[in-house]
Amino acid sequence: MPFRRLDRSEITATFGSGGGKGSRAVASYDQDTTTLGAEAARLAIRSAGAPAVDSLYFATADPAYLDKTNATAIHAALRLHRSGIALDVGGAVRSGVGGLRIALDGAGTTLVVSADVRTGLPTSPDESAGGDAGAAVLVGDPSAGPVIAEYLGAGAATDEFLDRWRTPGDRRSKVWEERFGETKYVPLGLEAWESALEASLLEAASVDRVIVAGTHGRAVNAFTKKLGLDAAAIVDNLATTVGNPGTAQAGLLLAATLESATPGEVIALVSLADGADVLLFRVTDEITEYRAARTVAEQIASGGPLPYGKFLSWRQMVTVEPPRRPEPARVSASAAGRSEDWKFGFVGSRDRSTGSLHLPPARVGSGGSLDDMEPAPMADVAGTIVTFTIDRLAYSPSPPIVFAVVDFDGGGRFPVEMTDVDAAEVRIGDRVEMTFRRLFTADGIHDYFWKARPVRTAADTNEEN
Amino acid sequence: MASHGIKDRVAIVGMGCTAFGERFDTGLDDLLVDASNQAFTAAGTDKDAVDAYWFGTAQSGMSGITLARPLQLDNKPVTRVENYCATGSEALRQAAYAVASGAYDVAMAVGGEKVKDSGYAGLNAFPVPNDGTGRTLTAAAMFSMVAPAYAQKYGVDEDELKKVLARIAWKNHANGAKNPRAQFRREMSMETICASPRVAGALGILDCAGVADGAAAAIVVRAEDAHRYTDRPLYVKALSFVAGNGSGLTDPTYDYTHFPEVEASVQDAYAQAGVTDPRHELAMAEVHDCFTPTELVLMEDLGFSARGTAWKDIQAGAFDLDGDLPVNPDGGLKSFGHPVGASGLRMLFECWLQLRGDAPEARRVGNDRNLALTHNLGGYPGEMVSFVSIVGRELS
Repeated sequence: MPFRRLDRSEITATFGSGGGKGSRAVASYDQDTTTLGAEAARLAIRSAGAPAVDSLYFATADPAYLDKTNATAIHAALRLHRSGIALDVGGAVRSGVGGLRIALDGAGTTLVVSADVRTGLPTSPDESAGGDAGAAVLVGDPSAGPVIAEYLGAGAATDEFLDRWRTPGDRRSKVWEERFGETKYVPLGLEAWESALEASLLEAASVDRVIVAGTHGRAVNAFTKKLGLDAAAIVDNLATTVGNPGTAQAGLLLAATLESATPGEVIALVSLADGADVLLFRVTDEITEYRAARTVAEQIASGGPLPYGKFLSWRQMVTVEPPRRPEPARVSASAAGRSEDWKFGFVGSRDRSTGSLHLPPARVGSGGSLDDMEPAPMADVAGTIVTFTIDRLAYSPSPPIVFAVVDFDGGGRFPVEMTDVDAAEVRIGDRVEMTFRRLFTADGIHDYFWKARPVRTAADTNEEN
Repeated sequence: MASHGIKDRVAIVGMGCTAFGERFDTGLDDLLVDASNQAFTAAGTDKDAVDAYWFGTAQSGMSGITLARPLQLDNKPVTRVENYCATGSEALRQAAYAVASGAYDVAMAVGGEKVKDSGYAGLNAFPVPNDGTGRTLTAAAMFSMVAPAYAQKYGVDEDELKKVLARIAWKNHANGAKNPRAQFRREMSMETICASPRVAGALGILDCAGVADGAAAAIVVRAEDAHRYTDRPLYVKALSFVAGNGSGLTDPTYDYTHFPEVEASVQDAYAQAGVTDPRHELAMAEVHDCFTPTELVLMEDLGFSARGTAWKDIQAGAFDLDGDLPVNPDGGLKSFGHPVGASGLRMLFECWLQLRGDAPEARRVGNDRNLALTHNLGGYPGEMVSFVSIVGRELS
């Protein structure tokens, strides 16, 4: 989850309409669906003990690029093997759960990543009900590692009708009159529900927990009611803390559900999007040993507030005065290609003879060695702020820049921009971790690289890698 | 393997320096012509008598033609040089070595920069196609990290240090107020300096050098020929230059309270010139006060103050016009702004005026020592280039 939260009452206070209860998660100005997906994928891989991944599917309804695959940047950030496939299954909200279904029905170890940045015009229901998040589910057989939820079977129902739509280039979606969608979704959902139970040889009564994802709130509620299950079985959709992250909602709620699941529980994952998909899982005994690298609950608890004005500017609903400095030039494709491991993977080099760390990687060591370096992956190494400054003049999509000199645990130093931070709260000695971000965009080219952010969850603060 | 220097082999016999400032009505060509003509006049010579030219500009033009065209030089070798903010100094260094080598009798260093045509505040680097992973910070932000590091290392209260830094700006503005070539010719009160809006870290706008257009020039000849041009030449005692390897940025032992490149270059310069007690041997020093914490640290790196004591010396007025060792008597980058290609030669121009007794009474340094030093750096703490020159009015 991104760090920032928008209090929905700020919308009402500003415009006299819109808004609602609770808060929604907001992707930072330097995050897009690719970086959100990459962050979720890093957590999933860490949670699963870093198994080898054969395939990566990335689903989003808000792709950073068209024509060009976005999954390859995630693939590079994770440093997955180049013989694996990385592809986008994108464009529509349904592709989130769809990618998961394809992976479950397929072979090999597949990382299914979904992410969305949801917004709408100021005061719109989409603006307040939406949320930004990434989710990643690692699918494979026991040879890849402990299976925490066993796939039992699936059901689907597909129909062509107009519920919500967005033409390429539009910044907001439009929706048809709600009642129409509701009359479509409820029967489609029930159809898929029945066929999933049938495929899994299960009765409805044996389902312990039901996740119902979907951007059509009214249809989701009506369908859930129709199931006639005990209210305790219905998984909270995190609407008041996260909002609805569209394509990533099914993955996010599945991750949150597994964090508190017990062995033997049957989980139904339902998605209502241009039809209906139902996936059934049984939680295994391995769940007792499973520890998420960072739980959804921890991330919900560690968010920081974002003023509504910043939200509108980050979502490009308003244009604020930029710094009077030249905007950065576009990234060179060939230069970026040469430094893929550094730029996307944050891999430096370590001098074999002296042990000294070079960030960025170098051929000549400070001790005089030549071509005697080994790769030093630093993305998962935490560090400490040695000194820092606030740059109020430099170009940034969201000034001012907070910049810190970071000493990494185990040696090595890198001066780096910080993010997810309020300038006034930074202190020398603060603990930081690396995060994959989009620095800026020029000529339509996104500049992806790494920044440092404060370590905020208590469990990680003392971690010395 | 040794740095031998060219002590007393080359003399500066003519210099020129334009007024620095927001010269919106003056182009680079005009600045170069004006600075060069001042130098020709001072040396009693002309463009045809100069055998070779070194032209310093960071990004106002490319190739020697940028100088050859406005001066209409006829078949002269003109080399454009660039070395960050030490570009003007680098032009001088090359011209002096060319004469010392015997290749030419007369060489000229011209430096100029047209900064104010960019339409942006501050200096802006010309972007080289890159992978997008480099820092995008301003120099102000990089140098702002020096102040808290210094305060912490030497136990100086941060409010106290703020006053020390303000006093540097106050002193340089006071000197610049007496200089008709300076961009800012107004004294600034300590209160105004301390209250200036923040730019980066604890640095206010008045902790930063100005941004200006300008040009300066120097003509160098063999020492034995000097008196054919002027009866008051300056002899080159030392020229040193160090390009850092950037290791300070990634070396965990670097603490942002000193500049190793400056220490290395000044040691070389003192060895070349035979200077052992700079604070009492130098008549004056022009140093690279791009930001007030830079000048603070330079006082120690250049050996004017012992480590951890420059802040006290500054408060005691040791580097004021009438102090132990006047620093930036012309007003420094603080008052002049920083046309990158010109600044190093502008520093030398003040040595030219002071050592020859041509500086106006109001800002004449209060001693009769024979040596003057210029220090010119480029880059940032952890990754910089550093130049030091020492010139003197007598052969030793």
